[in-house]
Amino acid sequence: MNDMKTMNCTGAQAVIRALLAENVTTIFGYPGGAIMPIYDALYDHRDALNHVLVRHEQGAIHAAQGYARATGGTGVVFATSGPGATNLITGLADAQIDSTPLVCITGQVASALLGTDAFQETDVMGISMPVTKWNVQVTRAEEIPAALAKAFHIARTGRPGPVLVDITKDAQFGALDFAYEPCVRIRSYHPKPELPLAALQEAARLLDGASKPFMVIGQGVLLAHAEEELLRFAEKTGIPVASTLLGLGAFPCDHPLYVGFVGMHGDYAPNIKTNECDVLLAVGMRFDDRVTGDVSRYAKQAKVVHIDIDAAEIGKIITPHVPVHADAKDALRELTTLVQARRHPDWLREFQEAKRVEVETLAENAMPAEELKMDEVVQLLSARTRGEALVVTDVGQHQMVAARHYRYRKTRSNITSGGLGTMGFALPAAIGAKLAAPEKTVVAVIGDGGFQMTLQELGTIMQSKVAVKVLILNNRFLGMVRQWQQLFFEKRYSFTEMVSPDFVALAKAYGIEANRVEAKDGLDEGLSRMLAHEGPYLLEVMVAKEENVFPMIPTGASVSEIRLA
Amino acid sequence: MGPASMKTAEPEMEKTFTVSIFTEDRVGMLNRVTIIFTRRHLNIASITASESEVPGVFRYTIVLNATRGQVDKVVGQLERLVDVLKAFVHEEEDVVHQEIALYKVRTGALLNGEVERVIRGNHARVLSVDPEFLVIEKTGHVQETQQLFEQLKPFGILEFARSGRVAVTKPMKELSTYLKELEAKEQPATDNWQLTTDN
Repeated sequence: MNDMKTMNCTGAQAVIRALLAENVTTIFGYPGGAIMPIYDALYDHRDALNHVLVRHEQGAIHAAQGYARATGGTGVVFATSGPGATNLITGLADAQIDSTPLVCITGQVASALLGTDAFQETDVMGISMPVTKWNVQVTRAEEIPAALAKAFHIARTGRPGPVLVDITKDAQFGALDFAYEPCVRIRSYHPKPELPLAALQEAARLLDGASKPFMVIGQGVLLAHAEEELLRFAEKTGIPVASTLLGLGAFPCDHPLYVGFVGMHGDYAPNIKTNECDVLLAVGMRFDDRVTGDVSRYAKQAKVVHIDIDAAEIGKIITPHVPVHADAKDALRELTTLVQARRHPDWLREFQEAKRVEVETLAENAMPAEELKMDEVVQLLSARTRGEALVVTDVGQHQMVAARHYRYRKTRSNITSGGLGTMGFALPAAIGAKLAAPEKTVVAVIGDGGFQMTLQELGTIMQSKVAVKVLILNNRFLGMVRQWQQLFFEKRYSFTEMVSPDFVALAKAYGIEANRVEAKDGLDEGLSRMLAHEGPYLLEVMVAKEENVFPMIPTGASVSEIRLA
Repeated sequence: MGPASMKTAEPEMEKTFTVSIFTEDRVGMLNRVTIIFTRRHLNIASITASESEVPGVFRYTIVLNATRGQVDKVVGQLERLVDVLKAFVHEEEDVVHQEIALYKVRTGALLNGEVERVIRGNHARVLSVDPEFLVIEKTGHVQETQQLFEQLKPFGILEFARSGRVAVTKPMKELSTYLKELEAKEQPATDNWQLTTDN
């Protein structure tokens, strides 16, 4: 990297050069006083670095999350000090719990002003510490290259996560001899565990002897780029594969071994079979409470094998019989060579039978046919896009409906806020996803509540001409909370009914083509027009007001007690 | 999604644990370490920090009452921190530990021969004498420093301060051995992201 060594580079220029050295091409951000030197340096590189001006810093970080999750790369965010930085916190927490690699660069007041309650000064280090994988404050220009190199290394290795680099204004103005060395090792940080061969042999022995083996895969498969290894392993062993919410897309939904999505609003078969299998193989997932229901009654009959790259996840919720601290790709590859080739036709038929029970029971209890239901919309979207769109969902009923009814056939085609459950995530995340994967059809499926949490990003769509499709499923309620009020709070609908503006007119005010579907007969044409449109498009679909999402595992219940009505 | 689910009670017994944490010397490290405990609503009974026998490596000694399960999970979370080199958890019998306490009493109290007897009896020592006050020092376990506190109380204690626990472990493995193992484990991190990105 000697050719990059230059005298008299400013700290701000060093930031830009470091980003270029890390092959960054897109930044989501919002300028302000304390980050102005960096924005000034960016001005000279605005062709190489596509900066997307958002309308709120929360939009910037969710867009960077969508970008990272669509590509498997690292999302980059710029924000100023004080309110700019505090507006990132929700996104940091979201990226932390959903393991999304981000490097957020925040401006900070000059180092002499730290701790003085200066204008737009806040303790960003202290505030972001619990919601970042790592953070660092840089007060001297010459520290910038190494800090950023370390930030990128930490963000994307091991279990990925968000990193924040806070740079004081004097460090941005300061001078240094720029040289960029990518960070490859940190004494106290060991992101790639050694493959535990003995544990894998034990896992293979259990799987070879199992008559009802069952696999639950999570986002770890995507993060490890282990989709092919998973497919080969599943096809050799014949083990039924279920996915967590964030794992959707890692294994094709139309594969004969795919048995559905687990958890509170997941599919009936994989939930009840969790408590009937004899060996449970968990790959790159963390036994979230939304997956396990009552932990004390979760898979008690099964021998559990848990593969995870994060040692702290193994034994955190479920104590496995065979802990496998490993990268999912390496572990699955090795396990495939160790296991016997098998088939489990009778066991698979049990899943199909349970699926049939689910379909029939849900049909019996369906709402009157004249009302438009969310699942019909998602099923038609899935058919019209052949399961090949990149679907970004927000949080709530529509999210669960999309997870159950969209037939994800491609990897990295499902982006949603899982662990944190951040309403307002989908619109900005879809912007990031579309910029990362311009060749894909990107559809943001959003409720009327979540859309209004970040709808200002319609301005970003307009200005940066981002061709996302925004599909609002409007039930005029905060549907998921209303469902809980109906089922568990005696229908006391406390502040869940929502009056919204004319979303079509709103979109048009931003120069975005828009349309509304109010009845069943308009749905197919409405979706087709949205998908055929070249640029961004907003489609509002008026759905039944009081539809409930089933199946459902009520809080405190076991996965076997999943309700179909 | 809906409201948070109910927590299941842990049936395990609480015990006293000493957690030793070795970290890089970085600004904010204490904060990083303590938020792991506070997030889980675990109260730290005492905490001390100092440089360890290895230059540049800091040692935090934290004492807390918790269940084994809670402490093991906390250690897992601590070791996950990028700047933490190693964390160990020890039960009472695995560590040799000590605390120091200082007691400020009126010099006039010495005129009463009883104070001298208390100092001798507790193997405490007088650290400093001023015309108005004297400072007594006692090192020992918390029960011992507390006993002296109780015995001096009738004579009037103007000020009292007790340190957190400092502790060394009974097992003979040295920190530098762990550090060498950590460094040996280290292979150059492969950026498999850059090699296999699918865009």
